[in-house]
Amino acid sequence: MIHRIAFAAALAACTAAGSASAATFKWASASDIPTWDVHSQNNALGNGVHAAVYESLFYYNSRTFALEPMLATGSKQVSPTQVRISLRPNVKFHDGAAFNADDVVFSLNRAMAKTSNYGVYTQGIDRVVKVDDLTVDIFTKAPNPVLLRQLTELRMMDRDWSEKNKSVEPKDAKTKDENFAHRNANGTGPYVLKSWEQDVKLVLAKNPNWWGKMEGNVTEVVYTPIKSEATRVAALLSGEVDMVLDPSPADLPRLRNASNLKVLDGAENRTIFFGMDQFRDELPGSNIKGKNPLKDLKVRRALYQAIDVQAIAKTTMRGLAQPTGTLIAPQVNGWTKRADVRWPYDVEAAKKLLADAGYAQGFEVDFACPNNRYINDEEICQAVAAMWAKIGVKAKLRTLPLTTYFPMIQRYEASIYMLGWGVPTFDALYSLQSLVRSLGAQGDGNYNVGRYSNPQMDALVERIKKEVDQKNRNDLIEQALLLSHQDVSHIPLHNQVIPWAVKKNIDMVHRADNRIEMRLVKVN
Amino acid sequence: MLAFILRRLAQALAVMLAVAFIAFMLFQYVGDPVTNLLGQDATAEDRAALRSSLGLDQPFPVQFAAFVGNAVQGEFGMSLRQGRKVSALIAERFPATLELALTAAVIALVVGIPLGVYAALRRGRWLAQVVMMASLLGVSLPTFLIGILLILVFAVTLGVLPSFGRGEVVRLGGWSTGFLTLDGWKHLVLPAVTLSIFQLALILRLVRAEMLEVLRSDYIKFARARGLSDRAVYFGHALKNTMVPVITITGLQLGSLIAFAIITETVFQWPGMGLLFIQAVQFADIPVMAAYLCLIALIFVVINLVVDLLYFAVDPRLRIEGGTGGHG
Repeated sequence: MIHRIAFAAALAACTAAGSASAATFKWASASDIPTWDVHSQNNALGNGVHAAVYESLFYYNSRTFALEPMLATGSKQVSPTQVRISLRPNVKFHDGAAFNADDVVFSLNRAMAKTSNYGVYTQGIDRVVKVDDLTVDIFTKAPNPVLLRQLTELRMMDRDWSEKNKSVEPKDAKTKDENFAHRNANGTGPYVLKSWEQDVKLVLAKNPNWWGKMEGNVTEVVYTPIKSEATRVAALLSGEVDMVLDPSPADLPRLRNASNLKVLDGAENRTIFFGMDQFRDELPGSNIKGKNPLKDLKVRRALYQAIDVQAIAKTTMRGLAQPTGTLIAPQVNGWTKRADVRWPYDVEAAKKLLADAGYAQGFEVDFACPNNRYINDEEICQAVAAMWAKIGVKAKLRTLPLTTYFPMIQRYEASIYMLGWGVPTFDALYSLQSLVRSLGAQGDGNYNVGRYSNPQMDALVERIKKEVDQKNRNDLIEQALLLSHQDVSHIPLHNQVIPWAVKKNIDMVHRADNRIEMRLVKVN
Repeated sequence: MLAFILRRLAQALAVMLAVAFIAFMLFQYVGDPVTNLLGQDATAEDRAALRSSLGLDQPFPVQFAAFVGNAVQGEFGMSLRQGRKVSALIAERFPATLELALTAAVIALVVGIPLGVYAALRRGRWLAQVVMMASLLGVSLPTFLIGILLILVFAVTLGVLPSFGRGEVVRLGGWSTGFLTLDGWKHLVLPAVTLSIFQLALILRLVRAEMLEVLRSDYIKFARARGLSDRAVYFGHALKNTMVPVITITGLQLGSLIAFAIITETVFQWPGMGLLFIQAVQFADIPVMAAYLCLIALIFVVINLVVDLLYFAVDPRLRIEGGTGGHG
């Protein structure tokens, strides 16, 4: 209630003051953020929006994706398991309190709490210790080369504010009580949360006391979730919003031709690929009994070489895809040109491989795809099923909405499945550990739904986890990627290209993680 | 009398329980909110832990019993997507849907009845023909298409009306209303018109048919024989008698306006219950979905119950027979 009143007052103040220099930036996408509690739900859209209000110790540069200090000023490896981080002085939270080491210790511990979904980013952290007001030491359980990358998603909250407002624990999805931090925010970032009505409207206002220097000129940010694709684009065409994060691919030609709009195409760090069940002794729904053809490398390669990715990129994706030969996108640390080479598209070779494997007549196989998760996901699978038909493989395609698709593949029910993997840490370990490492504890193989398993790969991944020397480590990553290619652990298709539709008078930088960097938005 | 009312109440309760059961059972198959809650990088252990702490690993009867136990106390649990009480969410969204539905109903009545009367009195004239053709279009065009077309014309091409949202609202206690601001009215026009089109066409056709029926009846002939003016005959006698079924239908249709506002709300991003429901479906937010369905069922059950009780009050024969509770 109080919040609403404050919002109304602020809104009245804004409209009354409405001077010429104040620039408002209005944008829309399909869904809303789940919460303002920055350690509660690890949600892509939410993390992007939170970053304008709450800041982390390190963050990625929007243009180069190099790791940059944010609330930290630097870091030093004291011992293989101890990293000393110096903090930026004279930083204030939105309520005026000073940011210091206590807040860092508090925030990182908060992110490690049971009710936090950010466990993946705190992985390997043992404890956090205050050295002095502007220095903290992070102790890790083992050498951790990606620690600073993990820190990019762990945002800093004020300890006193959290204690005062009963928000010490991250918001738990199942408790009866909402914590204060779910709908209120107090960060150090360039924008202050003015109001948030979930699914209706989110308003941010410029923080006049922000420590940094702003490149953009936006004083107010208004975000509206608009579910219907047609309405979202209509809102842009009618000028009610300045930018749409996720225009539908079908609308793009029209948007590109509109005189007052432009489309910013940018590669996303998300790779689309197929996985194959290499575990079961017999595939459910297949006509091959007593054995699993997908266990045979020749069969996997035949499926691979029968897919014409160029055709998919051109026809199905209409250019919104960069064909790839590996499981990570070029912006991700560890990617190399050598690892990105595909097995060539060759139908005859594929047929021969199948015949060599003893399936000259082909076989039937279950093939599952989502229909509302990735760009044109269902259409891609239809095209691939047709390509496989040419070599005699009858892929029985079933498509499901994401809420049923993901639980289904996690139960290992799909024989061939589609997955798109984005890399928030911008480091290959994130993909290798989830996708090709054998099933284990602590996130090992958590999306290795085909249960590909190779001891050599497991050994490589374990070494990548701990190798601190950057060059050695990247060599190991390349070896792992090449091994995945040799084994055809997966069939990579492409990296998604995400288009943003923007008014001509707006300057902004397209980020590979599909986030808007508010500090860089300029309304002309 | 009392026995009849009690029996009808018991039946209503049974219907509600059945609806709740079916809703809850169906939603077991819409998917799993855990992936949505945790994000792609959660480990299998994280997912299992969350699933069990949310009670999603319990057998269906246990989950259903918990749901009914809460529902009886007016509590539908926590929304998994928003992390807030479902009852609070629905209370927050209800004003938007009710205002939209009421406005649509008013438009349908205010425009539909005169047009129906006109089409009946001027039967055969070209303008009446046009009205009838348009009404046929109105009942057959899908709502989302009407909505998109209106957006295209009035928001994108002409730029006179907003394409989405509810605009500025004023809060009166727990109620948020868009009726008190110009911006609110502007935002209301397109969705209300969209939602009203089908009802409008329906009422128009109903009024026309009833009116033609009444005009053929004896008392109209008598009225004319008494030398009353056309005006007195049409509006004093004919229209009055036409209105009885129209009012009954309109009352029942208000329930369906609320229930079927889903599509209109999605097209216009109208922050009502329908939009809440659609978003819950995408997230597999089972408590919200089940609560919404139960609420809609409740609206229909209450309307039918009231209708039944009114019949009972009006029709003395029911009181003698007592056991025919099958109206509605």
